[in-house]
Amino acid sequence: MSRFLITAIGCLLLAGCQRPAKPPALAAKAYGAALTEVSGGKQVVGAGTVLDQPVVVQVNDAQGSPVAGALVTFHTAGGASATPDEGLTGADGQVTTTVTLGGGAGRYQITAATRDKSGKNIELHLDEIALGYQQTLGRVLNDRYCARCHDPESTAERVSNHDNLTAKPHAFTEGAVLNAMSDADLTAIIGHGGPALNKSPEMPPYGYTLGKADLDALIAYIRAIADPPYRQKGLTYAKN
Amino acid sequence: MRPKLQALWQFLFGDSARAFGTLSVILLVALAIAPAKDRFREWTRYQRQYLRLIRGRGEAATLQRRYQGGLQQVWMPELGVTDRCGTCHLGLKEASLSDVSAQPFRPHPPIPHALTEFGCVLCHRGQGPATSAEEAHSSTLAWEQPILPARYLESGCGQCHWNSIEGTPQLNLGRKLLARYDCVSCHVLKTPDGRRLTSATDAPALEHIAEKTTREWMFAWLKNPQAYAATATMPNFQLSDADARDISAFLVSQSTPYLPPNIATPPPVGDAAAGASVYGESFCASCHATTNAAGNVVGGDVGPELTRIGSKVKPEWLADWLSNPKTYAPDTKMPHYRFDQKMLGPLRGFLEAKTDSDLLANVHLDAATPAQVAHGKALVTERGCASCHEINGIKKPDNFAPELTQVGSESLAKVVFAPGMPHTLPDYLAAKIRQPHTFPGSKMPQYTFTQAQIDALVTALLAQTERAQTLPAALRAAGPPESHYRPAGKAAQLMADMNCFACHAINGRGGDMAPDLTWEGSSVQRRWLVSFMKNPNTLRPALIRRMPRFNVTDTEAETIADYIMTVYQTPTFDAGDLDASKFTAADVEAGKQLFYSKYACQSCHIVDAQSDKGYIGPTLTQVGARLSAAWIFHWLKDPQALRPGTIEPGHHMSDADARALTAFLMKQNREVVKK
Repeated sequence: MSRFLITAIGCLLLAGCQRPAKPPALAAKAYGAALTEVSGGKQVVGAGTVLDQPVVVQVNDAQGSPVAGALVTFHTAGGASATPDEGLTGADGQVTTTVTLGGGAGRYQITAATRDKSGKNIELHLDEIALGYQQTLGRVLNDRYCARCHDPESTAERVSNHDNLTAKPHAFTEGAVLNAMSDADLTAIIGHGGPALNKSPEMPPYGYTLGKADLDALIAYIRAIADPPYRQKGLTYAKN
Repeated sequence: MRPKLQALWQFLFGDSARAFGTLSVILLVALAIAPAKDRFREWTRYQRQYLRLIRGRGEAATLQRRYQGGLQQVWMPELGVTDRCGTCHLGLKEASLSDVSAQPFRPHPPIPHALTEFGCVLCHRGQGPATSAEEAHSSTLAWEQPILPARYLESGCGQCHWNSIEGTPQLNLGRKLLARYDCVSCHVLKTPDGRRLTSATDAPALEHIAEKTTREWMFAWLKNPQAYAATATMPNFQLSDADARDISAFLVSQSTPYLPPNIATPPPVGDAAAGASVYGESFCASCHATTNAAGNVVGGDVGPELTRIGSKVKPEWLADWLSNPKTYAPDTKMPHYRFDQKMLGPLRGFLEAKTDSDLLANVHLDAATPAQVAHGKALVTERGCASCHEINGIKKPDNFAPELTQVGSESLAKVVFAPGMPHTLPDYLAAKIRQPHTFPGSKMPQYTFTQAQIDALVTALLAQTERAQTLPAALRAAGPPESHYRPAGKAAQLMADMNCFACHAINGRGGDMAPDLTWEGSSVQRRWLVSFMKNPNTLRPALIRRMPRFNVTDTEAETIADYIMTVYQTPTFDAGDLDASKFTAADVEAGKQLFYSKYACQSCHIVDAQSDKGYIGPTLTQVGARLSAAWIFHWLKDPQALRPGTIEPGHHMSDADARALTAFLMKQNREVVKK
């Protein structure tokens, strides 16, 4: 009798363990075959703040047409959060969520996931960038001094000067080029102008206008938004 | 059982010697509890973890030398700071730990102050003297100050920095919004030196409102200002139809005629298409926004949005306003344009055609009854309309809403939270701004702020702390003292008429939309200035907002030019310092080389309209006829010295280079000479 009881209790406990801690409140009504980003990736905001634009993803079937009623869940890490963290796709196959990034500066990965008919997990990763204090200062300087030439896109308030230059300035997101430049090189070209690195004098010197802290802030910003991401080279120390 | 217990009792307390021994052992154990508890404190665990972390690193020896164990405390009585954060946050000052992201060992990002200067809680909040992680960071029963979420951190800067500094964009935005959305008209907000923040929006006076618009429009506007103009700064008071009807009835009844009207017979309404070009040429869009064909609201935000202006204003009033706005509103920012009849007709046509048939389609108001007017007056008083607007018969209320000077350190015990919201001050402030009506008894109207605007407003409010009021005055960075500069004479009248100060600053007074004119007399040549006043051509092709044409007479242009040339002179150099007639052809040639090769000025400026393309800085095709040689020379030497904040980078160039470039630039006066 007691053996039977123990077995029964054990089975119950096991069943309890298998259930997810928080059962999804929503049940999928349909299943797609692919998950794509509509908008909202690669945004740059201050640490701990809400992304300016919501994150929108779309579930498509194998033919590429939108699927309504598919369940999409959003996973975040590092103190970031998505509200709501799950949702069913609408008639256009899309789900929208608002993302708040964590308090630390850096890159945050938002993972959107849905399941296909066979139950296989389909994931989509979106990178969002949170700027720390120094990088925010860099962004202010960028908007004021650099963006007019280095940002090839014009806005309603600012016409880009990018295409008027003989040597085309690199956008600060061009990690492929800028990650290869050391902090010292960036300091030299910003502070002393293009000729400091045998480049075009169309890049003027800012070292007489901006201070060392300003230059450091700009470089921190450039590093923060680089794509592919900038990875700091390992430090080497003199032997003590 | 019982015999066993008795035996134990006998064994421990059988005789006095045994009892003494047993009690001594109990006492000893009790005394050991306190030191043992101390030994196993939470922070000692963090310190051991830190030592393990640094042990494996290349710079271990340096880190080990700089490590200090035990409780670390920073005490600054004059700032009211007692911090023990450094006890666990051991890597704060170690820049070499930049790859460590785990707390509590992450290094502090670089900031403009030394970390030891102000301690931690001044900016981050939390409980400085606490010695456990939970008590330091979250609010407990005894202590209610949790750590401030990172997104409001700039509020810490705002406790000393009452001026606008580059490092705090969010705080600056928040303070701007407090003034722009007139929060400071109902709430008192003071800086520690006792100055009250003032409104920056000039809500219109309503004393003659019935001359300007209809009761139906007032009703629609009161119901939902954003339905008329998405960019409207007036909040939604969520009035019922009856309340909006009664307020509009009262506003019409209190309105008085204004005298004298500018024109007896307004010019006939002209062609709207021709009016569109008058609107464009006059650069009305520098201050006013309209919805363009693509549905985007474009234009400045100094004046109201004009997308549906034709559904708002009465045609006679519009004609009168356009011919001279100062008669209706003497303090308006709108300049007196001196339009002639030929421009006024089409401009009327263009603006009156900007209607929206949906706006007033469902508004049907019967004639107002005296009871409605009386009720409207009561509502206007109750809602505090006179805090922002001038209204006949109603005095501006004092302290209409709670004072916010120290709202950033409001005790949570005094805050009434809405049900279901987190009990922290930032959450309360954000919720109150986002949805004031969820708080019972709140008179605050509904605004339409974005999340970023709410974050900025909360940041600005959190800077209003009790501590900010008591910090040593030497730490305080106050904003620039308010300038009461007034020009004199006939030119002053003209400058007031054209509202130069709405866009230009002179001697610390005025706007920042257009260049500072404090030293304009040293900069430009009189002949150019006169022609520019008559017909402001475009100096900076990339600018969206430009100087309007005020249609001044020759005499008026010369009066202003003479005043500027005489009064607005820099003390740093003399305009006659550099004699342009002494430049040689060789100087000019050398300058050209420098311009195109060494300094690559063509990346931002155009000298030769055929080949140069840069359009960040002003076009320089006629610069030799526009600027004085001495100004160009000194500008090239150090632009920021002449106009602080200009984006032209200083090149630190030699006198010889600056002289040659000046010679080249002074030659750029062809077109004017031809005429």
